[in-house]
Amino acid sequence: MSTPPFATELADNTPAKAPGPLKGSAAALLVPQARLSGPIPWVIAIMIALVVIAAAGGLALNNLTGNARAELSGAVTIQITEANETLRKQKAATAAEVLTAQDIVASLRVVPEEELDEMLRPWLGDGAGNQDLPIPALIDVQLSSASGPQEIARLQAALDADVPGARVDAQSEWLQPVYSALSSLQYLALALIALLTFACAAAVWLAARSAFSNHKETVEIMHLLGGTDAQITRIFQRSVVRDAAFGGLVGLGLGAGAVWLLGRQFAALDSGMVAGGVLGMSDWIIIALIPLAGVALALITGRYTILIALRRML
Amino acid sequence: MNERAGDTVNFDNVGLRYGTEPEVLSDLSFTLFPGSFYFLTGASGAGKTSLLKLLYLAQRPSRGGIRMFGKDMITLPREQLPTYRRRLGVVFQDFRLVKHLTAFDNVALPLRLASVPESELQKPVDDMLDWVGLSHRVKARPATMSGGEQQRVAIARAVIGRPDMLIADEPTGNVDPEMALKLLRLFEALNRLGTTVVVATHDVHLLKKVPESLIMRLNKGRLTDPTGALKFPPRSTGPMGGGQ
Ligand SMILES: Nc1ncnc2c1ncn2[C@@H]1O[C@H](COP(=O)(O)OP(=O)(O)OP(=O)(O)O)[C@@H](O)[C@H]1O
Ligand SMILES: [Mg+2]
Repeated sequence: MSTPPFATELADNTPAKAPGPLKGSAAALLVPQARLSGPIPWVIAIMIALVVIAAAGGLALNNLTGNARAELSGAVTIQITEANETLRKQKAATAAEVLTAQDIVASLRVVPEEELDEMLRPWLGDGAGNQDLPIPALIDVQLSSASGPQEIARLQAALDADVPGARVDAQSEWLQPVYSALSSLQYLALALIALLTFACAAAVWLAARSAFSNHKETVEIMHLLGGTDAQITRIFQRSVVRDAAFGGLVGLGLGAGAVWLLGRQFAALDSGMVAGGVLGMSDWIIIALIPLAGVALALITGRYTILIALRRML
Repeated sequence: MNERAGDTVNFDNVGLRYGTEPEVLSDLSFTLFPGSFYFLTGASGAGKTSLLKLLYLAQRPSRGGIRMFGKDMITLPREQLPTYRRRLGVVFQDFRLVKHLTAFDNVALPLRLASVPESELQKPVDDMLDWVGLSHRVKARPATMSGGEQQRVAIARAVIGRPDMLIADEPTGNVDPEMALKLLRLFEALNRLGTTVVVATHDVHLLKKVPESLIMRLNKGRLTDPTGALKFPPRSTGPMGGGQ
């Protein structure tokens, strides 16, 4: 009788060393997949799209406040209230002289009365140019440094001597409520991203668990034939990563599309403030990294879900 | 050469119960010697499969000690079980073929799990399927195979890696006597290469076909030892198992 064709003795091939992962095709055979396993990739896509939109909003707000702050931080307004027009002009001229002498002043501009009239017309109507309604003289001052309380006090003191009735205001001061509103919005964006991350992990956890229970029999057989947890986990990881990659790309497309459309609409407003919120190259890079973070999150969640499920088996 | 130092298997007062049921195996104490051929017989429900589950490390006993290949299996950490399982070849009573894999891929599975390169497993798997008479069913999936065909795939998968110990649960229950004899020769060939063989069966005719085999009989979860062979090293084993 001929000797049966046994393969080489496995125990000789595999000493204490743990066997490596299954090859791609062998792994794919063991846990066959429909093209996309159910709704999970789409759920991930929606989550990623929402994260992209929230992140883009947060980044735009960040740019907006950053730009506005930089622009306004050195800006100071001098207000001279004087009913008599001639006197007012005189005082403004004196104030301009005093201010120019200050070394912290980089530049200044006395705002012409016509400009002020123009600015106020929407509120005051044609009465804006009326002499009976005295308008204060305004001087825009750009400091060489940020306009802290110290600088304000210094300018005020310098003016008090020669120009009674002049008031120094930091522009950033009256924008403070706007800033705090904007930063609340940024925190809101962050909170949204955190919640979506959590929901995404939960979705992957559910998907991994259902994939695992669908293939429990195969897993048991692999175990009994000497498959290691690492080998089994990796097979499931593959499908989780594929689903997450699909969801990530679709989500990025949807989210970035929405952000781009919104950006165009805001650009149409042609407002100086909104222009400050335009997304830069680095912002788009961060947004493009979101799907990668999603895949990494799915990988880690999926991996631990499967490992924990395996621990329950002998 | 593998380290075959010590006994292949050593049970010390082992008991097994499922859940809170009464014990299905009680007071099992025996030694399996390297390179020997054992039959495990007993009525249906006597506990043959349960005993084999302990042997193929699918189940931990409720009490008692089990040593295999010189290592305590009770205290062995979970992560080390695969190393020992890869030294075993198992024919499950219910075959346990992976449903969506072809006959070829099922037989190749233990080799792939042990990281044998694809180029080295193609021929042995084809040859083994040929040897068990399934060369025409290489690409068939279990659902399309007869019980006997599935059983032969299961056997091919168990022996393909030349395990240190072969554990077969009713491996000839679904084939005709001629094929049964052929499969038995397969086990004997493996046994001659040094593999310890344990075959559970209630087919008494089979026992007589392997003259040098040792017989363990289970009766309601307790072991009887009609040939007395379990207590002493078998006389007839060659250099593999002798000289204990
Ligand atoms: N998973 C289980 N849970 C609970 N009881 C079980 C389980 N498996 C087996 N049993 C019980 O253990 C006893 C022994 O069963 P076992 O399958 O070991 O018998 P067997 O000798 O292999 O029988 P057969 O010859 O019919 O295969 C039986 O009473 C059975 O009902
Ligand atoms: Mg049984």
